[in-house]
Amino acid sequence: MTATTTTTALLVLRRLGTALLTVLLASFFVFFAVQLLPGDVAQQLLGQDATPEALATVRASLGLDENVWVRYGSWLLGAATGDFGTSLVSGEPVGPDLLVAFRNSMLIAVPAMVVGVVVSLTLGVVAGVRRGRPADHAISLVSLVVMSVPEFMVATILVLLFAVAIPIFPAVVLRGDSATVAELLPAVWLPVIVLTLAMAAYIVRTARSSTIDVMAGEFVTTAELKGLTTRQVVWRHAVPSALLPTLTVVALNVAWLLGGVVVVENVFNYPGLGKLMLESVFNRDLPTIQAIAVVSALVYVVCNLAADLVALALDPRLRTRRKARS
Amino acid sequence: MTRSTTGAIRVAEARGAGGAGDPGTGGPSGLPGRVRGVASSITRCLGGSTALAIGLGPIALHVVLAVLAPWIAGHDPVATDSTAALTGSTWSHWFGTDQYGRDILSRTLNGGRYALLVTFLATTTAVAIGTILGCVTAYADNWFDEVVMRVVDALLAVPTILALLVVVTVFDSGLWVIVLAVTVVYAPAVTRVVRGAARTVITQDYVTAARARGEKPLSVVFREILPNVTDVVLVEYAMRASWIVLLISTLSFLGFGANPPTPDWGLMVQENRTALTVVPTGTLAPVVALATLVVGLNLAADGLSKSLGIDRAQKGAVS
Repeated sequence: MTATTTTTALLVLRRLGTALLTVLLASFFVFFAVQLLPGDVAQQLLGQDATPEALATVRASLGLDENVWVRYGSWLLGAATGDFGTSLVSGEPVGPDLLVAFRNSMLIAVPAMVVGVVVSLTLGVVAGVRRGRPADHAISLVSLVVMSVPEFMVATILVLLFAVAIPIFPAVVLRGDSATVAELLPAVWLPVIVLTLAMAAYIVRTARSSTIDVMAGEFVTTAELKGLTTRQVVWRHAVPSALLPTLTVVALNVAWLLGGVVVVENVFNYPGLGKLMLESVFNRDLPTIQAIAVVSALVYVVCNLAADLVALALDPRLRTRRKARS
Repeated sequence: MTRSTTGAIRVAEARGAGGAGDPGTGGPSGLPGRVRGVASSITRCLGGSTALAIGLGPIALHVVLAVLAPWIAGHDPVATDSTAALTGSTWSHWFGTDQYGRDILSRTLNGGRYALLVTFLATTTAVAIGTILGCVTAYADNWFDEVVMRVVDALLAVPTILALLVVVTVFDSGLWVIVLAVTVVYAPAVTRVVRGAARTVITQDYVTAARARGEKPLSVVFREILPNVTDVVLVEYAMRASWIVLLISTLSFLGFGANPPTPDWGLMVQENRTALTVVPTGTLAPVVALATLVVGLNLAADGLSKSLGIDRAQKGAVS
C-alpha cells in the first residue's frame, strides 16, 4: 500500500516537474522567436526621425543593449512575479491590459466550454450507444459538417441570421478595451455559440467512438447478461469508462479555446485575448506577444496536467502500467 | 498513456492479419513485395470502407478542378472590371462578380490551386518530419528522446495561431513561409502520435530479430519500424490535411496569409463578407469549396483509420 502511494506520489511529482519545464521551454521559444521579428523597437517607439543618441538612450532604458540571455533572464524573473514589462504601443504595463483581455475572453470561453462539453458528451454517448441508427447518423453528419466549415463562416452566418435578419443580438461589440463585464454581456451570445459549435464537433466524435469501443467490452456484455436495463448498463458501466479517453480531448479543446478565440473575437470585434494577440502581432508589440504566449502556454499545460491527474485518479491501471516497459 | 495502448493493440492485430509485418519485407529484396503489399492494402481499404470511397470523391474532384482551373475558369481571376462590380449571376459570370468586378467562379476555381498546393506541401513536410522524428525518438529511447519530447511539449503549448502569426511575420508571408509555419505547428503533434505507435512496434519480435542480426539503428528504423507505422502515418496525414486547409484559410482570412490579389478562399471570404447580402455567392462559393474539401479529407481519415484498424479517437484528436 505504501509502496504504491510512493510510486503514485513520484509519478505526480514527475508530471508536475515536466509541466513546469514545458512552460519554461515554451517561454524560451517564444522569447527568442519574438526577438527575430523585424523592426527596431526603439525606432518604432520614437518614430523615423529620432536622433541616434535618443535611440541609444531608449535602448539602454529598455535594456535592449544587453545580452539577449540576460534579457531573457530578467524578463523571465519579471514574468514569474507577474510583471510582463511595458507595452510598446500604449506605454502602459502589459499585465493589467492582459488581465482585462483574459477576463473578457473567459467571459465567452467559459460558457462555451461548459455548454459545449456537456452537450457534446451527451450527444457523443447517445450516438455511440445508438450506433448505426438514425440518431447516430444525424449526430455524426452534423458534427462532420460543423467541423468542416471554418469558424469565420459560422460567425458570419450567425451574424446574418441573428443580427441582420432577426436583430436580437448585436453584430459586433462597439465598446473598446475599457468595457465592463455588464456592458459586454449583451454581446457575448453569438461568440459563445460559435465557440461552442467549433469545439463541440471534435468532442462529439471522440465521445462517440470511445463509447462504441467501451460498449464492445466484456464488462458491458456481463452487465447486460446480469439483466440490467440498457439505461443502467450505459450510464453506470459504459459511460464512466468511455469518458476517460475523452478527457484528454476535452483538455486539449479547452486549451485550444484560447487560440480559437482569435478568429471569433476578430469577427465580432470582441476585446479579448485573441484580438489583443492579433493587434500586438500587427503592431510588433513584443512584450504583449510574449505575455500572451506565456499565459496561453500556462493554461494549456495546466489543462493537460489536470486531465492527466484526473485520469490518474480515476484509472488505477495508469498508476502501475507505466513501469511495465522501460 | 492508455489511449495509445488500446489503439496500438488493435493496430498490431490488423498488422498480423495483413502480413505486412513479417520479417521478409524487411530484407534487402523486400522492396517489390512491400510495394505490392501497399497496393493490395489500398484496394482492400477501398473495398472495406464506404467512408473512404465517399471521402476520396470530393478530394479527387478538387484536384481535377484545381489542375484544370486555368482552362475552365473562363475569366482571369485577378482581372478587375469596374463596370461589372457586384453583379448577380449572369450568363458570363455564373456566380456573379465581387466588388472589384472579378469573376467569383474563376477566383474560387483558382483558389483551389493555391489551397491544395499549400496544403499538400505543408502537410507532407510536417508529417514527414514528424514521422521520422517520432520513429527515431521511439527507437532511441534515451536522452535524445527525452529532449525531443520536452521540446515537442513546449511547442504544442504555444497557441497554434500565435505561432503561425509570429513565423509569418518574421519571414514575410509567402508559400514556403506558410509551409514552414505549418510544419513548426504540426510536426510536434505528429511526432508524438507516431512515437506512440512506434514504441509498440519496437516491442515486436521482428525488431528484436533485426537488432540481433546486428542491423544498424538507422536501418532498423527505416526498414522495420517505419513500414509498420505507415497506417498510423496515413491516417495522420489525412486528418492533419483537413485541419491545415482550414488553418491556412483562417490565416488568409485574418490577413496574414495570401496577399490580396491572389485568389484564395479565406481571403475571398474576408473580401466578400461585407457584401454577403448583395452577392451571397462571393462568400458561399469559397466556403462550399473549402467545406467539401475538408469533409472529403475527414471522411478519408475516418475511412482509413477504420479499415486500417486505428482508432483515431484514442489518440487525442485535437492538438
